[in-house]
Amino acid sequence: MSTIIHEFTTKIPGWRPRVQPIKLDEATPEQLDALKVTPSNTKVSDYVLVLANDVETLKVRTPLFNAIMYNRGGMGRAERELSAVGASVVNRCVYCAAVHASRYNQLTKNEQVMQAIFANGEEAELDERQKAIFLFAAKLSKAPSEATEEDMQALRDAGLKDDEILDLILSASLFGWANRLMHTLGDPVVE
Amino acid sequence: MSDLSPNDIVIAQAGIGANGSVREALEGRADIMAMTQATHDAALKPSDPGGLSHGERAALAARVARLNEDEALAAHYMTLLEEAGADEAVAAMADPAHDGEGDARRAALLAYTDLVSTHPRDTTPEDIEALKSAGISDADIVRLSELNAFLAYQIRVIAGLKLMKATA
Repeated sequence: MSTIIHEFTTKIPGWRPRVQPIKLDEATPEQLDALKVTPSNTKVSDYVLVLANDVETLKVRTPLFNAIMYNRGGMGRAERELSAVGASVVNRCVYCAAVHASRYNQLTKNEQVMQAIFANGEEAELDERQKAIFLFAAKLSKAPSEATEEDMQALRDAGLKDDEILDLILSASLFGWANRLMHTLGDPVVE
Repeated sequence: MSDLSPNDIVIAQAGIGANGSVREALEGRADIMAMTQATHDAALKPSDPGGLSHGERAALAARVARLNEDEALAAHYMTLLEEAGADEAVAAMADPAHDGEGDARRAALLAYTDLVSTHPRDTTPEDIEALKSAGISDADIVRLSELNAFLAYQIRVIAGLKLMKATA
């Protein structure tokens, strides 16, 4: 038996789909290609098997996701994870928040930032730069009109350059996408 | 690094000029902008649309743009809707005040779209069950979710770029 979890955690839960994942042995060549299934890599998560129901979107979304989160230059990787957590907290995607909070912790070796965010949300005590990034991601996630020129100015005042601000916009927006899949098409569960 | 496309919808919608600091930042991420355009095409005009027609996708997209108070983006999707040659019942879905008028399938698509586009945190397993009860297949539920999820992304990138430009 598994139980749905509702509280934020940095321990990555399981994920139980609400719709049918495709069956790997019935997958089309296009689906296998999008899933990157090869003889040496046959492990595919239920989440990705669910998304393979819309293979045309999956095959272009995966490279977009990787480019926004991992491309060189611009905003650092840990700060992109912070942005992802800002969106995931607002959208209450417990699974996404767990994955990206734990990556943030691995990258920074500092668990206090995520503890503060999970405990106090937008009231969390963070340094100026962390706070500007987190709040911008959270507000843009609530509704595009919630993020203001003052929030953008706070980013500039905290020292973010244009290329970093662009990466923040992209990563926060990307999780508007990811949260709407992960949080709606399945449940985070523990055994 | 490739160049930015002159037909990039996000850049055009954000009103980014041919020069300036925002354009320069975007040029550094030209690959991501090209992939963003590719996801637009996959979500709105897939070669296999399944049970969610190009017309319905464009109408839902215009609706979501309006729910996010982005009339210029809604106009883009109304153009796609026209190109799709959709009938009146489908075109009506673009109006956020329209609720499907008793058509169970369309009513379910609209209710789900309204919820996921504006209050994704409030979605529950029952919302997916409601789609299934209205006869929408699992594959089409994923297609509908991807469309909504893509729009949430696109609308936010445009809004963020507008703020960048305003404070450049």
